[in-house]
Amino acid sequence: MADEVLDAKGLNCPLPILKAKKALNGLDDGKVLEVLSTDPGSVADFEAFCRATGNELVEQDNDGEVYRFLIKRVA
Amino acid sequence: MAEENSIKVPSNAKKMTIICTKGSLDWAYPPFILATTAAAMDVDVTMFFTFYGLQLLKKDLKLKVTPLGNPAMSMPMGGMHMVMPNMVGMIPGVTDMASVMMKNLIKKKGVASIEELREAATLSDVRMIGCQMTLDLF
Repeated sequence: MADEVLDAKGLNCPLPILKAKKALNGLDDGKVLEVLSTDPGSVADFEAFCRATGNELVEQDNDGEVYRFLIKRVA
Repeated sequence: MAEENSIKVPSNAKKMTIICTKGSLDWAYPPFILATTAAAMDVDVTMFFTFYGLQLLKKDLKLKVTPLGNPAMSMPMGGMHMVMPNMVGMIPGVTDMASVMMKNLIKKKGVASIEELREAATLSDVRMIGCQMTLDLF
């Protein structure tokens, strides 16, 4: 499903966003990055991040502990 | 000290400049968090370091935080929060102790160190400028 997985578990704001941006830079357009985070703030952060950068937040869910985001890199 | 990057940004790109004037551990966080996060959101960011903020550009950072003159600073201690009276803050060694405690807390909670944030800022093309006048002054 995802082309690359970024494990940002245990990291706090703003590290998940910074690492996601770096990982997205290394992907080709259309590829999907999966981000795993334990920071509850990352939900609002990734929504705002995708809105601001134009990347697509394809999917997000949460199994109680870990938040999972699928972000598609858009040109 | 003044580092000029030759990054091409579109003229309609959003830009942000942060003036950093303080060089203590607690004051170092807000500008670096704002700068790195804005850069991740495609904002063209410049950080201008002047007066004590210039310390933040040093290769080896030995940043400290002091409870002296900071009534809002409380630290978790033995399951509760403790505010240190100013008198205690004056005792030699208390600043070092508070700094070590703060750094341990930062590490424990998975918050980035200033060194990490500064490196992230460099990697995400944040422009950092050191104030020449301050360099000449101190």
